[in-house]
Amino acid sequence: MSELHTVNKSPFEKSSFASCMEHVLEGSAVLLYEDGVYAAIKGTAAEGKVKSAQGVKFYALGSDLKARGLSDERVTNGVEIVDYEGFVDLAAEHDKVVAWV
Amino acid sequence: MAEQIKNFLYLNRRAPYGTIYAWESLEVVLIGAAFDQKVSLAFLDDGVFQIVKGQDTAGVEMKNFSPTYSALGDYDVNQLYVEQESLEERGLTIDDLMHLTWEDEDEDWAEKDSIRVVSRAELAKIIEQQDIVFSF
Amino acid sequence: MKFAIQVNEGPYQHQASDSAYLFTRAALEKGHEIFRVFFYHDGVGNGTRLTTPPQDDRHVVNRWADLAEKHELDLVVCVAAAQRRGMVDDGEAERNGKDATNLHPKFRISGLGQLIEAAVQSDRLVVFGD
Repeated sequence: MSELHTVNKSPFEKSSFASCMEHVLEGSAVLLYEDGVYAAIKGTAAEGKVKSAQGVKFYALGSDLKARGLSDERVTNGVEIVDYEGFVDLAAEHDKVVAWV
Repeated sequence: MAEQIKNFLYLNRRAPYGTIYAWESLEVVLIGAAFDQKVSLAFLDDGVFQIVKGQDTAGVEMKNFSPTYSALGDYDVNQLYVEQESLEERGLTIDDLMHLTWEDEDEDWAEKDSIRVVSRAELAKIIEQQDIVFSF
Repeated sequence: MKFAIQVNEGPYQHQASDSAYLFTRAALEKGHEIFRVFFYHDGVGNGTRLTTPPQDDRHVVNRWADLAEKHELDLVVCVAAAQRRGMVDDGEAERNGKDATNLHPKFRISGLGQLIEAAVQSDRLVVFGD
């Protein structure tokens, strides 16, 4: 079974991102949205966690990045930027959604 | 029409009383018990604090809802996974937790433990096996 | 695909309701079905008809109502959470002796069973919270 994990809180505010990373299995995906997009930014403590997650695909919601003034160049390499349509597709393509609030 | 049976997991990650999530998620579990689905609860992160024994809410003047966990067995909710690492990180052991049990009618109503302490890695696999995950 | 949506936070305080709305709208535009949107915890606050947000910002409640009107969405506010937080419709006012109601007509108050049913009947449950 492949899961879509969602994280919507900043990794600097809450442990939701850290907790998600501790439970995500290979073949699953993580979508960062709302304040969770801060975990997709280069040069942060989160960058290492994102890069070292084996077999996990990362996505960040473009509209939340833009809202927060975070340009695409700031996004960690390998994190794919998606829109809400992409979010919907991810939810449909994976077998279920696990929300780390 | 055959009723679908799904694996439901309730993700409990928050401490009790500081916010209402712990109590209101328990209310979902109780109502959900009537729907004949396969139900498990996962206690991880601060969620492990929800089932610490000896809660006394007189001073904060809030309802002590911890006795409700003891009733779960009567609702056929008897798969309570508690994450080992979450306990350890918070200086807790299973002895700090409420003794939650259920009665197995297939074994002459023998009393069994509802709590299963599992590792983080095991819980990740348990989460993977579910069809529906509720977050609060 | 059939989606069940759960919204755990009230309007404006958190982005949850906004994200849930934008997801729901996108899903509908892609031709998916939204079985139900269930508002729990402070999420019940999304169902009040009495908000007056600033004109230059989004109207969270009306946006949900308009989407519901256009797509015949079932917007359900949990009764237990609603009672706790003072979300009242005619039935609740009568049952509990309240002198006013505040529920928006496009929302309905019902039990937690509606959330469970939505999860059972849908293909995916997507939860928006804090």
